[in-house]
Amino acid sequence: MPFTLDDFLRVLLLQDYNTQLVVGATALLGLGSGVVGSLLLLRKRSLMGDVLSHATLPGIALAFAILTSLGGAGKSLPALLGGATLSGLAGVAVMLAIRRTTRLRDDVAMGFVLSVFFGTGVAILQMVRNLPDASGLMSFVYGKTASIVLSDFTFIATVSVAACAVSIVLLKEFTLLCFDESYAASQGWPVLLLDVLLLGLVTAVTVIGLQSVGLILVIAFLIIPAAAARFWTERLGVMLVLSGIIGAFSGWLGASLSALLQDTPAGAVIVIAAASVFLVSMFFGTKRGIVPRYLDHRHLQRRVGRQHLLRSVYEVLEGDAGPIANHPVPRGELLAHRSWTPHQLKQLLSLARREDHLESTADPDSILLSESGFGEAARITRNHRLWELYLIRHADIAPSHVDRDADMVEHILGPEMVRELERELAPDLQIPASPHRI
Amino acid sequence: MHHEHPPDYPLTVHDLTVAYQRKPVIWDVELNIPEGKLVGIVGPNGAGKSTLIKACLDLIPKTSGWAHIYGKPYRANRHLVGYVPQRESVDWDFPVSALDVVAMGTYRRLGWFRRVGRKQRAAAMEALEKVGIGSLAHRQISQLSGGQQQRVFLARALAQDARVYFMDEPFAAVDAATEQAIVTLLKELRERGRTCLVVHHDLATVGEYFDWTVLLNMRVVASGPTAEVFTDDNLRKTYGGRLALLDRAANALTRS
Repeated sequence: MPFTLDDFLRVLLLQDYNTQLVVGATALLGLGSGVVGSLLLLRKRSLMGDVLSHATLPGIALAFAILTSLGGAGKSLPALLGGATLSGLAGVAVMLAIRRTTRLRDDVAMGFVLSVFFGTGVAILQMVRNLPDASGLMSFVYGKTASIVLSDFTFIATVSVAACAVSIVLLKEFTLLCFDESYAASQGWPVLLLDVLLLGLVTAVTVIGLQSVGLILVIAFLIIPAAAARFWTERLGVMLVLSGIIGAFSGWLGASLSALLQDTPAGAVIVIAAASVFLVSMFFGTKRGIVPRYLDHRHLQRRVGRQHLLRSVYEVLEGDAGPIANHPVPRGELLAHRSWTPHQLKQLLSLARREDHLESTADPDSILLSESGFGEAARITRNHRLWELYLIRHADIAPSHVDRDADMVEHILGPEMVRELERELAPDLQIPASPHRI
Repeated sequence: MHHEHPPDYPLTVHDLTVAYQRKPVIWDVELNIPEGKLVGIVGPNGAGKSTLIKACLDLIPKTSGWAHIYGKPYRANRHLVGYVPQRESVDWDFPVSALDVVAMGTYRRLGWFRRVGRKQRAAAMEALEKVGIGSLAHRQISQLSGGQQQRVFLARALAQDARVYFMDEPFAAVDAATEQAIVTLLKELRERGRTCLVVHHDLATVGEYFDWTVLLNMRVVASGPTAEVFTDDNLRKTYGGRLALLDRAANALTRS
């Protein structure tokens, strides 16, 4: 490693003036793109951002060529970014025009505009490469955070904060636009104007991202933080804030690392930083992450398995003549009762043993419920039967089909519903008999 | 032919033609819908039922003619109109709760920039209670069943407190309980003098649910009180030779 831990900390904690500027600007850019990107994602137009950013290249190259031929300094940043904005918007306009006037699908229109504009940009760049000062132009393609100076910082900070502010002030309007465009229109909201505003915000963060992240990868800043945030929340406001934070964090981490690893293009490192956050979110995001969802499913499976086991034992016990009493039940009878394999049954039994629902017996081939297990089994069986009765009385489902549906729905029913059923169907009921043959 | 269009009617349509790419979808539509009616808009697939609604709401351009709400263009009177789009027209995976969606019904009155406050939330909650899913107010909308999602859409229109409602297939693919809840709601709206135009697919229930029927197949075949208009002859004109369907409808008619 060409740097020490000390270097690393110095950069991360923003101890140099230069890194302060670079890292600060990139983090602010991440904040703005995170917030605007969320709206773009919810509008399902994420790839429009990609078209826009790729379409900026001919504008940059042309602006440079024109400035140089007029005898001015070719690399005036405002002029280059102005050119970028114009050609980016032209790209989006061409895309929209193709979509409107032909029957080509969106993806075709996007692919066409993106590649043609980018290709044109590369060609113009090639033509102007021998002009003085042209070497720095390539940094717009891959991004070069190190080139950021104070005036750039101020510019990036202003635009980014303004983009956030507009997103928040118009959050209600944008939400309506993204969720239900035709309803918004029926209510008299200017859908087109709102779309143009959103496009304006996307353009703004794309253009300030050109210098640091580069035009190829700036789309990552618009998509990845928003997509990552979605794993953690079902609330739009929270998603926006979270996406902004993730964007800022990725920008800060990526720009710092890029400052350390001297020759690495900033855009690439930032994308990798953002992607790491995305991966963590994808696996561990509390609302939609893979792991929490898997755990939820496991939990449900276990609960269902436990209910099935206890009810089966109870039903086997019921098969005896006379009033129901707890006594050992042979494994074989349980296996015959449901579709378990011996292995599944063994797992269920060990689970039940851990919950103290089982008593140990002398005979390893039989199962004996504990006192609490027996009570629980009676309760579960009762709920189940109540539900079956409810279904039979209230929804015209044939009794022969009830068992299956009931098993599904029963596990969704809460105790409150169960009480209601008890009241409605059988006020003084102990265990209602099964309405169909077990 | 001269057409009268009384300005105090919730919906009057004159000479309306809508065409996509030169192919007309509905043409020469003349309609007068009186106030306080439950109106079923009935016709085969592709007859232009949704198109008619969308054209009335200025959501798609008219090729010719006009549609007036209480005697004025939609723009001028849209505050009197509640719209319930088709349920499939939105992404139910969107990160908002049922209450958030219903609160959208108050946005127009709130105007630009202003946030949903306690008053709007209370109105939204009341609308949710009215459609019977108040307990689900804070559920994320993807966790609602199809019928519950449809009720959310209805509640959003209720929260607007409009005078005329346009509903695009509210009965499509909902459970029996939801269908009953919607019917109850429609009748309640009628009692309060509201007008509801409902795109409807199920011929068997037209007679039961609607007191006014518009039979549409690209042009208006008939429009008037259901008892007068919903006849074998008119149905045949609307549905053409699809006799199996017609016979079933006829059976339903004689049953009711």
